[in-house]
Amino acid sequence: MKIVQQSFKCLALAILMFLPTSIFANNATQDGGQINTKEKVDAYIQHHIKDSHDFTFFSYTNDAGERKHVGFALPVIIWSSEGLVTFMSSEFHHNDDGTVVVEKDGLKFVKSHSKIYELEAGAKTVAFDEEHHVTNGKRLLDFSITKSVFGILLISALLFFWFFRLAKQYKKRQIPTGFGRILEPLVIYVRDEIAKPNIGDKHYRRFTGYLLTVFFFIWFLNLAGLTPLGFNVTGQLAVTACLALFTLVIYAVSGNKDFWQHILWMPGVPYLIRPVLAVIELVGTFVIKPFSLLIRLFANISAGHVIVMSLIAIMFVLKDSLGVAGATGLSFMLAVLIMFIEILVAFLQAYIFTMLSALFIGMAVAEHDHEHEHTASGLEIPDEEDIRGDFV
Amino acid sequence: METLLNDFSPGLFAVQTVLLLLFIFLMVKFAWKPILGSLNEREEGIQGALDAAEKAKREMANLQADNERLLQEARLEREAMLKEARELKSKMIADAEAEAQSQANKMIAQAQEAITNEKKAAMAELKSHVAGLSLDIAEKVVRNELSNKDKQLQLVEDMLAEATLN
Repeated sequence: MKIVQQSFKCLALAILMFLPTSIFANNATQDGGQINTKEKVDAYIQHHIKDSHDFTFFSYTNDAGERKHVGFALPVIIWSSEGLVTFMSSEFHHNDDGTVVVEKDGLKFVKSHSKIYELEAGAKTVAFDEEHHVTNGKRLLDFSITKSVFGILLISALLFFWFFRLAKQYKKRQIPTGFGRILEPLVIYVRDEIAKPNIGDKHYRRFTGYLLTVFFFIWFLNLAGLTPLGFNVTGQLAVTACLALFTLVIYAVSGNKDFWQHILWMPGVPYLIRPVLAVIELVGTFVIKPFSLLIRLFANISAGHVIVMSLIAIMFVLKDSLGVAGATGLSFMLAVLIMFIEILVAFLQAYIFTMLSALFIGMAVAEHDHEHEHTASGLEIPDEEDIRGDFV
Repeated sequence: METLLNDFSPGLFAVQTVLLLLFIFLMVKFAWKPILGSLNEREEGIQGALDAAEKAKREMANLQADNERLLQEARLEREAMLKEARELKSKMIADAEAEAQSQANKMIAQAQEAITNEKKAAMAELKSHVAGLSLDIAEKVVRNELSNKDKQLQLVEDMLAEATLN
């Protein structure tokens, strides 16, 4: 049984390794050149930071001067004026400036800056204004399996596989073996250091599942972004916004009476101030908190990618002034250094996101069964929870 | 800000929402529930085992204390018994001594009595013997005296003199 499983894994790996070359090796774009100037590096980084419709491992220019991309195509699924349209991203031939027009169901599609536009009826080619915005097409709702979606699926499947196996192990024995020994302390860490202290012993169990999922999801997607696969999933605003929205929905739905009372009609302050406080609290709860979550994660991960790629680009940009060896050495040294920091940041951001989510949820379900002490003038003496709230 | 908004892909947002919902559901149902359940169970098991060990230790200590107490009691009892035996011994010795003393006293008294009796008997015998001897002597003297008439008279006279004096 075990051998069959092993050989199946090997086979899957082999297919994965063969897939890119077999599908894509003959695709070439007219783009041609190498990336060796500052502007090209900038553009390349900007391009990388964005989501992509196909999965490229690496690109090179062959002897004939053609640009070759090694990777595989991903399905494009778009909501056009005629309904859902699907085709493989290979039909764009790695073109990203709108010059390749794909015709499907009588509609014309172009891709510019990783976004797909539907050209207006009658238009043959794409037109741009001076800021390089498409003028004769409209942007489509894009449900494609993009590189990010592929990354999400891959990491989710991986995590599910690991933790499902860990869960299965407990049926047979009390202490897991193998990789489970690494995963178990992490699970316990999230439960005991993030969920329990922030939410409280009484309610933490309800939210631990979400927190664990989000923690491992963000952490491993962050780490995947540091591999040469070059995912930038947690650096996509849409992804971090979705994660923040989940936290928002959870703490808004599970907020108890005290939580809403403290937002809408703050007890213990003069009546005239209460509506003002309510506005501030509402903005804080529904805008600032989720935005702090989504921007922090997005900015940290994107910045990490930009820094790593910029440091790698030193190799090309400073080649003339430092020499090949000097530029490569400097680039390598700095990139390795920053890579270690990024590995730390990958964990840290997952931790912070989970931790703040737990804190927000904890504030929503906290029980004020104790009466607040009031001073003679009617002011509340803040207790531990209030101070924690203010601190955040 | 505009580029940020421009880069925001509503499609990706929708796809991610659906996938994340699905992922959370799957993970909670097939991974976190059984894992957390097992962890809890294990932790409770460990706590139970620790409690049981603590209880066993306490019981052991109790048992030891009991043993100690029993030992102490036995020791005290032994000492009491020894003391009693010693007392008994000295009492017996004292009794025996007293008995012996009284026996000896009695024997001495008997011996003294016997001696007295013997002495009396001896005295009596001696007296009778002396009396006999005296009589013999007197007889011989008398016989000798009475052979002479004058002397007989003399004797009677002496005796009479004595008698009156008495």
